[in-house]
Amino acid sequence: MSKAVLMQGNWACVEGALYAGMRFYSGYPITPSTEIAELSAQKLPLYGGKFIQMEDEISGIAAAIGASISGTKSMTATSGPGFSLKQENIGYAAMTEVPLVIVNVMRVGPSTGLPTASSQADIMQARFGSHGDYPIIAVSPNSVTETFTLTVRAFNLAEKYRTPVMFLTDETIGHAREPIVLPKPGELPIYDRVQPADGEEYMPFRVEPGEIVPRMPAYGRGFRYNMSGLFHTETGFPSNSPENAQAQIDRMFAKIYDNVDDIVTYEEFELDDAELVFVTYGSTSRSVIPAIKSLRKQGYKVGMFRAITLWPSPAKQIEALAERVKHIVVAEMNRGQYLQEVARLVKGKVPVTHIGRANSEILLPSEIEALAKEVLS
Amino acid sequence: MHKEIRLTGSGGQGVILMGIILAEAAVEKGLQAIQSQSYGPEARGGASKCEVILSDQPIDFPKVLEPNILVALTQDGANKYAHGLGEDCLAIFDESVEVPENLGTKNVFSYPIIETARITLGKSIVSNIVTLGVFCELTDIYTREELLSAILQRVPKGSEVLNERAFDEGIKLVRRA
Repeated sequence: MSKAVLMQGNWACVEGALYAGMRFYSGYPITPSTEIAELSAQKLPLYGGKFIQMEDEISGIAAAIGASISGTKSMTATSGPGFSLKQENIGYAAMTEVPLVIVNVMRVGPSTGLPTASSQADIMQARFGSHGDYPIIAVSPNSVTETFTLTVRAFNLAEKYRTPVMFLTDETIGHAREPIVLPKPGELPIYDRVQPADGEEYMPFRVEPGEIVPRMPAYGRGFRYNMSGLFHTETGFPSNSPENAQAQIDRMFAKIYDNVDDIVTYEEFELDDAELVFVTYGSTSRSVIPAIKSLRKQGYKVGMFRAITLWPSPAKQIEALAERVKHIVVAEMNRGQYLQEVARLVKGKVPVTHIGRANSEILLPSEIEALAKEVLS
Repeated sequence: MHKEIRLTGSGGQGVILMGIILAEAAVEKGLQAIQSQSYGPEARGGASKCEVILSDQPIDFPKVLEPNILVALTQDGANKYAHGLGEDCLAIFDESVEVPENLGTKNVFSYPIIETARITLGKSIVSNIVTLGVFCELTDIYTREELLSAILQRVPKGSEVLNERAFDEGIKLVRRA
């Protein structure tokens, strides 16, 4: 076995991206995501890739979209204020179905907020931040090691489903250093987008039988096609037809929601006989787990459901929890965002309580333990 | 084995690097470790805090709850973090720091760390490495060689001799006292 090395979460994100095949990064540095840009700038030239620091966050994502259309796996990273700026082009990437990984190392907002402090308050923005109806995939890691593996997975999902993928980490995990054993090449699966063969009769937005998304030839290979943020037909050219708009948006949603079982991942901890379950994600699970260990020692039947894929949400699993537990507590570093999704899924079948804040202080295991005792009493 | 370490000082003093070195030396020994930091938006100055947890078990909660070892190189850091410590907490201060009254522990050591860096070594920038020497000598977590090797892997090329001297001066501060 390879030796463990101490690595920062943001570095593990870049190492994971390179492992997945990232060969282009463009962005604009912002705390607490800057190390992602720094390491990408250092490393990409060594892999034959390109790094560009753009003039702002908007062009940062725009260049990454362009690079992806040219066939290069691309990433951009930012934090709250930059994530807000990127929203228009996130919609563009969703509409044109461009594979892309967008990293948001979340900090406390709104606005410039607390630049060096951790939060998880961009959860709803990640889902609904751009205008219009569009599906999205968002994932959230809870350790340095998972930052690596989940970045690889984010690229795979982007390529497989031709979609922007949100990688929602936070200052706690992004800046933490932990030991990691880096996977060897070939150890983790890598997925590359399906391209048409040379000379193939090709329609830019037609899904071939048995496939999930339209094939995507790299610009420059000789396939001439149009990319547009307007609703477009299979040809790629704009159309005002309501039937076409309906068919295209239905197809875009179906490619994600018909494949939820492939996309959604989660972790269960001490769930078997649990009466109270914490639904949580990302760094906050690191506060929940020690609370559960302590509560279990005292005889309380508590467990944790950690969403690793936040969007689409693990709906089936959360609905099933609502059928068999007595209480659900959503723990997150905000004033109640994922709470809305969990409450929607629970449909009032069991009480749903929330614990969270975004003032730079992460939730303490003792607070979580106290709340559990109060709820169970 | 489970040790929670809190290091405080002023931005630019190398407090965070100190924590990284402690964590790297621990990982090298096969221990689990997590290092985290908190600092303000300033590039230099302002209070800086670095936390390291070392354990032979997987580490869940990433932050220090009750430090076993506290280091404060500035008054600001001491005022903010050096109170209500556990009875057994080892508290290490720079001599320039007035030890807060409500410290909570009697296990207190003060050494002229910054002065040693500035005068004996001629570079205040190595205060953090002098501190690591003090840390190494006062605790039984690392051997001199283990911690020195982690230091030498982290410091800029060409500065190895200075940093090894700084580390040994830190060890001497404890032995002389």
